[in-house]
Amino acid sequence: MSRNHVSATVNGDQVEFLCETGQTLLEALRDELRLTGTKEGCGTGDCGACSVIVDGRLVCACLMLAVEAEGKAIQTIEGMATGETLHPLQRKFIEHAALQCGICTPGILIAARSLLERNPNPTEDEVRYWLAGNLCRCTGYHKIVDAVLDAAREMRGG
Amino acid sequence: MSATLKYQEKELKLVGTRPLRPDGVDKVTGRARFGADYNLPGQLIGKVLRSPHALARIKSIDTSAALALPGVKAVVTRDDFAEMPDEMAAVGELMINFRDVTRNMMAREKVLYDGHPLAAVAATGESVARAALALIKVEYEVLPHAIDVVEAMKPGAPLLHEHQYTQGVKPKPDRPSNVAKRLEFGHGDIAAGFRQAEVIVEREFNTKPVHQGYIEPQACLASYSADGQAELWTSTQGHFVFRAQCAKVLQMDVSKIRVTPTEIGGGFGGKNNIYNEALAIALSRKSGHPVKMVMTREEVFSSTGPTSGANVKVKLGCTRDGKITAAEAELNFQAGAFPGSSVNQASMCAFTRYDLANVRIVGHDVTVNRPKVAAYRAPGAPIAVFGVESVIDEMAKKLGIDPIEFRLRNAAKEGTQTYYGPKLGPIGYIQTLEAARAHPHYRAPLGPNQGRGVATGFWFNIGNETTCSLNLQEDGTLTLMLGTIDVAGGSRASMAMMVAEELGIEFDRVRPFVGDTASLGFNFLTAGSRGTFASGMASVIAARQVIEKLRQRVAKIREVPLEAVAWKDGHARPVDATVAQFAPMSLPEIARMAGKTGGTIAGHAEINAQGAGPGFGTHIVDVEVDKETGAVKILRYTVVQDVGKAIHPAYVEGQLQGGAVQGIGWALNEEYVYGEDGVLQNPGFLDYRIPVASDLPFIDTVIVEVPNPNHPYGVRGCGEVPIIAPMAAIANAIENAIGLRLCEQPLSPPRVLKAIDEAAAARR
Ligand code: FES
Ligand code: FES
Repeated sequence: MSRNHVSATVNGDQVEFLCETGQTLLEALRDELRLTGTKEGCGTGDCGACSVIVDGRLVCACLMLAVEAEGKAIQTIEGMATGETLHPLQRKFIEHAALQCGICTPGILIAARSLLERNPNPTEDEVRYWLAGNLCRCTGYHKIVDAVLDAAREMRGG
Repeated sequence: MSATLKYQEKELKLVGTRPLRPDGVDKVTGRARFGADYNLPGQLIGKVLRSPHALARIKSIDTSAALALPGVKAVVTRDDFAEMPDEMAAVGELMINFRDVTRNMMAREKVLYDGHPLAAVAATGESVARAALALIKVEYEVLPHAIDVVEAMKPGAPLLHEHQYTQGVKPKPDRPSNVAKRLEFGHGDIAAGFRQAEVIVEREFNTKPVHQGYIEPQACLASYSADGQAELWTSTQGHFVFRAQCAKVLQMDVSKIRVTPTEIGGGFGGKNNIYNEALAIALSRKSGHPVKMVMTREEVFSSTGPTSGANVKVKLGCTRDGKITAAEAELNFQAGAFPGSSVNQASMCAFTRYDLANVRIVGHDVTVNRPKVAAYRAPGAPIAVFGVESVIDEMAKKLGIDPIEFRLRNAAKEGTQTYYGPKLGPIGYIQTLEAARAHPHYRAPLGPNQGRGVATGFWFNIGNETTCSLNLQEDGTLTLMLGTIDVAGGSRASMAMMVAEELGIEFDRVRPFVGDTASLGFNFLTAGSRGTFASGMASVIAARQVIEKLRQRVAKIREVPLEAVAWKDGHARPVDATVAQFAPMSLPEIARMAGKTGGTIAGHAEINAQGAGPGFGTHIVDVEVDKETGAVKILRYTVVQDVGKAIHPAYVEGQLQGGAVQGIGWALNEEYVYGEDGVLQNPGFLDYRIPVASDLPFIDTVIVEVPNPNHPYGVRGCGEVPIIAPMAAIANAIENAIGLRLCEQPLSPPRVLKAIDEAAAARR
């Protein structure tokens, strides 16, 4: 099977990889680039565990073909912290016990960051509806919503 | 050693506080490695061919075309696994029927459900492996199947197992049946109890199977070497039990398989049993390559254990002043394709919140053409309790007694004789009821079409085999190697907190982690809410051993008698100045000198933890029913639970919230839907709808602490109780809102609407 050559930017780094035409961006990230922080919970766009940012848009990496990443800028969980310094959302998730098993956490963090970039002062309802595409089976979402609201507060400087 | 360490009240520095979990940073940065995140050089990808039929005889399987496909390195079928005897074999204290394990892993004579594995291939890549599956030819003789539990129990129903005769009935039946087992529990005189009753309520309930719904599909990586050793990385709740199962079905020595547990992306009971693990090792053995197998979500739904669907009948007799005189139930549980549902636990949990003189429960474990059920958080209890707590609520209403007051009048307490065996020790059921009654939630006003419901739950909690090692490192920090999986609740943190508390040192001086199967002796699964109870006890034993050794070293160094050396706040100090005087020594100081004073210092515990304390919870829920659509909205939810002692309160709250929300999903939306053809119609998160953030309010928690006398810090365990009450609490709230008693789970919009329409039609 002949493979396609793709070049893209991932977390600011120029990368190149080969992929089959039917392979998803999620598979390329995980299997070709070995960036396993992005998770697969369903492969059908229903759980949000594979959330990444592509050219500023929040997408399910399992619903996008890897070849479509050509020339695009992709952000994954691996690029969220700055060196040793965690993003406020990451820190608040730990402080608020907003993660248990942690399999949903990368996707939820990526989704929450994209919310706060658009809306730095969301209401509880806005957080809940924005995250409605990210399933978490462990936490009941209580502490996740708390952590997002608290991170937003801190990022606004209050 | 059969162990209990008694509860001691003492001043606490760390236990009860909220330090940050040691697995936190890795989990927020994507660095934590789950089952599917492991890879080895030269690995192949393994895939499974599954049955499209609910019940069919396998006439032939032809794998030749698949094997001929370039890139395919191995294929395994039933022929690659030995026949196992039909008997219960011990794996530690766990009893397992390996005839069923081998057949569930790989069908032999018949396929027994849509999704039953038939063959597995290993190939150089995913797409080759999939292409190979399409080339395997299977000839089936399709048979009529049985899906519904009541239908499957009838004589003449399509039979799954010709060798299965109902156990627990005398004399032995003369023909096989789908009823694998009949069991009976009770005490007192049930007939007399109903004669004393002035009011009787009797109802029948039906529930659908629901899935644990962990977000991480099962994933494993196996590597078998030419010298007959195997390594396995897998997402599991019990790496020792997985090793035992693999060793048995692959006919290998236990010690030749080394299982390293990965981070686990949720389990809730669903990762207690092997699925692909033995297939991956077999494929690796056959191909000479490491083999990685990751399930799709569809496979998770169709082929891994949901919990039982059930038919439940409950009958309750009561005096006018609210004393229960008789309690009777029949529980008919789907086991799936092989026997072993949780009807046993469900029977024991059904009424064990009440102090009852006359109880009778009959349970049936029934095989049907569905995937073999697995444990799901307090296995079976929510199903039985949905019926029982609905009837309790109806009875309270009939008698005109407040539902919490009615429960208090009949509540189990210390000394209550259970109908399944033990007398209850000190428990906190009454305290949870009283805390719920005193909560502002219980008095808050309600609007139109809104209602409030209450229900309660009980779970045993367990102990079992547990090991750990606590190694003092040369700089005075410690590593705590645990044998129980941290199934994500944060038990690693809790164990490190208890060790640090014992030693009087900072939390971050103790690094906890889970050891592989070669590094510790056998541990039971992380199940039964036993982690923090049993592993906590083992950790405390190991810490006390370390303290003992530290005192001995200091006695030697300072040349004083052992009795003169006390351990306090991370230092060896004189017991008091009159006995001996010496300069205190800190943990790092002693650690640095360990080489010269006798070598490395460590503590070990190998115990069978005894004395787990039962847990009780009371839930309050407010709902609003949309009479146009039948949709039920959760407006407010409060969980009150006795946990014995919350080692890390934030992680305990997380258990109560997460458990309650799983119960809410079970109550409102989740169900397996099968077609006439016996094929699962909703094997995905789109059509099997688990709760999302926008469905829910904040979940309030009230932690009650009635210490378990059989744990050094009073721990009971807390993970399972919270899933038990929601279904009944919500049904009770709906009744309170619209006056209709719903007895069919899920209480989904179509069902609620149907009930509303039927009631309206009846009024016309
Ligand atoms: S894996 Fe992409 S949405 Fe679930
Ligand atoms: S923390 Fe486990 S799924 Fe969200």
